[in-house]
Amino acid sequence: MNFIDLIISPGIVGLAFVVVFIFLMIILAVASRNQPKQNLREISAFTRLGRAIGLAVEAGKRMHITLGWGGLIDLKGASALVGLTILERITRLASISDRPPVATSGDGVLGILSQDTLSGTYKAVGAGFQYDPTSGRVTGLTPVSYAAGAMPVIYDEQVSATILAGHFGSEAALITDAAERNDSLSVAGSDSITATSVFIAAAQEPVIGEELFAAGAYINAGPVHASSLRTQDIFRWVLVGAILIGALLKLLGFL
Amino acid sequence: MKAPVSTAIAIGVGVVVLLGYFVQIPFLTNLRDILVGWAVILAAVALFVGIGNLFLVHLHKVSRAPSGGFYSLVLITSLAATLVVGGLFGASSYWSVWIFRNIQMPVETSLIALLAVVLTYAIARLLRRKLNVFTGVFVATAVIVLLGTAPIFGFEIPILYGENGLRSLFTQIPAVAGARGILLGVALGAVATGLRVLMGVDRPYGG
Repeated sequence: MNFIDLIISPGIVGLAFVVVFIFLMIILAVASRNQPKQNLREISAFTRLGRAIGLAVEAGKRMHITLGWGGLIDLKGASALVGLTILERITRLASISDRPPVATSGDGVLGILSQDTLSGTYKAVGAGFQYDPTSGRVTGLTPVSYAAGAMPVIYDEQVSATILAGHFGSEAALITDAAERNDSLSVAGSDSITATSVFIAAAQEPVIGEELFAAGAYINAGPVHASSLRTQDIFRWVLVGAILIGALLKLLGFL
Repeated sequence: MKAPVSTAIAIGVGVVVLLGYFVQIPFLTNLRDILVGWAVILAAVALFVGIGNLFLVHLHKVSRAPSGGFYSLVLITSLAATLVVGGLFGASSYWSVWIFRNIQMPVETSLIALLAVVLTYAIARLLRRKLNVFTGVFVATAVIVLLGTAPIFGFEIPILYGENGLRSLFTQIPAVAGARGILLGVALGAVATGLRVLMGVDRPYGG
C-alpha cells in the first residue's frame, strides 16, 4: 500500500468538511466583525434570558445554570460546552451582583469545568474574591439523583432564573417543575430529543435543537459565535439540498 | 497552568485526536488512542472529585444551617455508609446489591413515576400559557400516541391501534422526520461548538 492509498480514506471527506467549516467561520467572522448580530432572527428565550440577568442583578437574586449529566468524552458533550459558554457570559454580567450564579451538573468533569469557568471569569473581571468553590456543584451522579439534587438549589437559594443547557433525559421535567413552583424563569435546551420534547411542555422558554447552539451569538459571546452560526446555516441549506436531490434521484430510480 | 500553555495543549491534543479519526496514519491513530485513553482515566478521576464536591457542599450546608441541613446529613450518612459497604465487601457483594435494589432503585423509580404527574401538569400549564396551533398539535399528538399505546379499561380504540393505526402513522412518519431534522441541526451545532474549542475561541478549561 503506497502512501497516497494510506492517507486517502473515507475520512478524508470528513476532514474536508471540517476544513471548509473552519475556513467559513473565519471568513464570516472577519467579514461581519463590526455587526456580528446582523440578521439574527429573534429567539424569545434569549431575549427573556438577557432581561432575566438584569432583573436578577437588580433584585439581588441568583441565576442557576444546570449543565446536565452528559459528560465531555462522548457526543453528548457539545451541548454542555454551550452551557459553559452561557455560564461564563452570565457570570461576567452578574459579577456585580451580591448573589453570584450557581452551576449544577451530574458529571464529575462538568463539575470541575463549571468551577474552572466561574473562577476564571471572576479573575478576568477582577473579582476573584467573589469566587465560591461551592457555586460549581455536582448534585448527583445518576440522571435522577442529579435532578433531585438540583431541585433544592432552585427552592433554597433565591434563584430567579434557571437555564438548562446540556444533555438531559425526561428527568429534566423535575427541574423545570421546581423552577415553575418557585415562580422563576426556566430556559431549557438540549441535544436530546427526549429532553427537547419534555422542555416544549415543561419549560417556560424551550430552546429547540440547534437554537441551543446559537446561544453564544445571541448573548454576545464574540464574533466567532455569530460566524459559526452563519456557517451552520450555510451547511444546513447544503444538507437540505443534498437530501432533496437524493430523494428525487431515488424517486426517479437512479439510486 | 498559565493560559497560553493550557490553550496550546488543548488545541494540540484536539487537532491530533481529530486528525486521528480522519487520516489513517498508524502513528497518528495510536497517539489518538493513547490520548483518548488518558481522557477516559481523567474522567474517572473527575468522578471522585465530583463525589468530593458533593460531600463538601452538603457538609457546608450541615455546618452552616444545622436546623435546615437534615437532608444534607442524610446524604452524607448514606454516602459514607455506601462507601464503607462498597469498600469492605466490593461493588458486586450481597450488601452492595442490597443497597442498590432496596434503596436506590425504589427511590429513583418513585421519582420517575412522579414524572408522569409532573408532565401531565406541565401540559395543562402549557395550554394555559401558550394556547396556539402548535400547542394544539403537540397536545393532540401526545394524547393520540398515549391512547394508542395502551388499552383503556381493556378497550382498544380501533383507529389508533395496529400497523395502520394513527399512533403508528404519527410515530413512524412525522415524528421520525421531525426528530431527524432536529438531530441534523444538533449535529451541525455540535461540530461548530467543537471547532470553536479547537480554535481556542471557547476555553472551558480556564485558559
